[in-house]
Amino acid sequence: MTMLELLLMLEIENLSVEVGGRKILRDVNLSVMAGYTNVLFGPNGSGKSTLLMTIMGFSGYKVTEGRILLNGEDITNLPINERAARGIGIMMQRPPNLVGVRLRSMVQVTGKGKVDPEIAAKELDMEPFLERDVNVGFSGGEIKRSELLQLGAQNPCLYLLDEPESGVDLVSIEKVGAKVHDMLRAGSTCAGWKMQSGKAALVITHTGQILDFIEADRGYVMCKGTIACSGNPRDLLAEIRKMGYEECVRCKLKLTTVN
Amino acid sequence: MQAEADNRELKDKVEDARKKKATFGEDIDLDKYPEASKDIPKVDSLTDLSKDEQATLLNAGVIPSEEGRAGSFVFMDETVVHTSVKMPGVEVMPVSEALKKYDWLRDYYWKAVQPDADKYTARTFEEQADGYFIRALPGAKVKAPVQTCLMLKGKSVAQTVHNVIIVEEGAEMEVVTGCSTSKGVERALHMGISEFYIKKGAALTFTMIHNWSEQIGVRPRTVIQQAEDSTFINNYVALKPVRTIQTYPTARLDGKNAFARFNTVAIAHPNSELDLGSRVIMNAEGSRCDIISRTITTGGKVIARGQMIGAAPGIRGHLECRGLILGKGGVQIAIPELEARVADVEMTHEAAVGKIAQDQVEYLMSRGLSEEEAVGIIVRGFLEVGIRGLPEALKREIDLTIEKTSVKGL
Repeated sequence: MTMLELLLMLEIENLSVEVGGRKILRDVNLSVMAGYTNVLFGPNGSGKSTLLMTIMGFSGYKVTEGRILLNGEDITNLPINERAARGIGIMMQRPPNLVGVRLRSMVQVTGKGKVDPEIAAKELDMEPFLERDVNVGFSGGEIKRSELLQLGAQNPCLYLLDEPESGVDLVSIEKVGAKVHDMLRAGSTCAGWKMQSGKAALVITHTGQILDFIEADRGYVMCKGTIACSGNPRDLLAEIRKMGYEECVRCKLKLTTVN
Repeated sequence: MQAEADNRELKDKVEDARKKKATFGEDIDLDKYPEASKDIPKVDSLTDLSKDEQATLLNAGVIPSEEGRAGSFVFMDETVVHTSVKMPGVEVMPVSEALKKYDWLRDYYWKAVQPDADKYTARTFEEQADGYFIRALPGAKVKAPVQTCLMLKGKSVAQTVHNVIIVEEGAEMEVVTGCSTSKGVERALHMGISEFYIKKGAALTFTMIHNWSEQIGVRPRTVIQQAEDSTFINNYVALKPVRTIQTYPTARLDGKNAFARFNTVAIAHPNSELDLGSRVIMNAEGSRCDIISRTITTGGKVIARGQMIGAAPGIRGHLECRGLILGKGGVQIAIPELEARVADVEMTHEAAVGKIAQDQVEYLMSRGLSEEEAVGIIVRGFLEVGIRGLPEALKREIDLTIEKTSVKGL
């Protein structure tokens, strides 16, 4: 095993995915190294969320080709909870309401009893929500903070974050951004340590706003169900802001034609 | 003379009702069930009961040590084996004794429930069934719940019970009733008449836990009469297997601004048939009610009925039945009914039956829970809405039952 393989946490190989009989992703290749925070840009409907949901293993996302590797292990056909057990944690865009399940018990269960819900909630200004039913009547920002609270308790090694900034008001974005930052850096003291601690993330962002809070290592642009391009995330964002996603699509088309 | 004639007339009516089928529920042949025992030894303390019996009490929410209870009443088959009062403001005694003590009790006894309503009320009437008499004195705020247990001990017997609760003006009381079957009893029948009177400004919280077993038939007949500004909260919990339960407790809100709430939480196991209704008749201005039902089938049949009748202006009511189907072969029927007799009423209902939501299960699985654990939490949450406000010890017992059930249900 080479040094490089050791450091690869997530590897997506030639992945094609169908949802409800329709092909949404085709031939996706992407990887996240241990300790890296990679971001996934792309216009609405390009398949970013589908990719995250497929990595987590939700039903309805059918892998027709390719595979998903986590730390070298093929997890393409593993049940959701076994992926979670291996260290994948997700923040969904629209998590379902859990009527009758209090956020407090959700934090307790997710943290396997080792996390004090009060302390964890305080950090995110979520104490008043501990006695509320999970997600029921939560605003956009409250859902994000509730998801982060649960994720923090879950303590995964690979974070899948689906637009952490969307629907969040200006006050909450600070909290959300800071929490995401802290979670990804969890206890790290230097760049070398970060690699070893292994906390990695794949973060979807449509606007790139979250980049004000986190240090991203690599960026991918997804267009029409496949990875159009990759590179330095800040450079990519600057281009996208200047030219728009249309240019990425055009550029990708050009490349495909040349090939 | 007139009284005697009335009495005779009533007796004739009841005799005619001996074969009268109930409107709902499987018809039970009463001839197959002889009268249960009236001479079981009494005990001074519930801790003098056998270990098995004490465990049976505990499972039905009745604490043998009587710690934190205002009083107790334990009825086995048709024998009152124990009564006690531990706190001021409340009376607990057999209804037979109360009838001797208080002449006025005749104005309540068989006045809310009709003796000739069906064969079950008729049998209870003709057997002159005993039961509990619990009374909160005027203005008394009873500090802890009064607990009662109705236990079936004899095999293949019919138990008849007649209970009366009176909450006098301005009083507040909580009653917890556990109905249970002692170990080893397979087939038996329980018929229970309950007449509750909640007077002006008074409040009663009544929690009933049904812990029967596979071959038990249950036919309770309950009517609650409520005066002005009174409150009645009914919690009904039935999580264990049973052959058949058919019940339709009815609250009559006869005084202005009275409030009634019925919470029902039940699980129908394979071969169980639960026909559970709650009815509120709002006869006076400004009265309100909530009927909430959360039922699960793991193979049995549930009929969740609910009826609200609005017969006075300014009344408000909401009815909510939700049913969950786990496993195969189960049936859920929700029958909400609203009846308005005047224009100025606001009554709403919602009913939903279906399977457990897959996205919720997967959401929990993505947090590391197994599918079984996820289903357990969702089921618990589903029922939680129906049992909010119950004492913690009881909730723990309910949690335990749910844990066992959801595993089997998959």
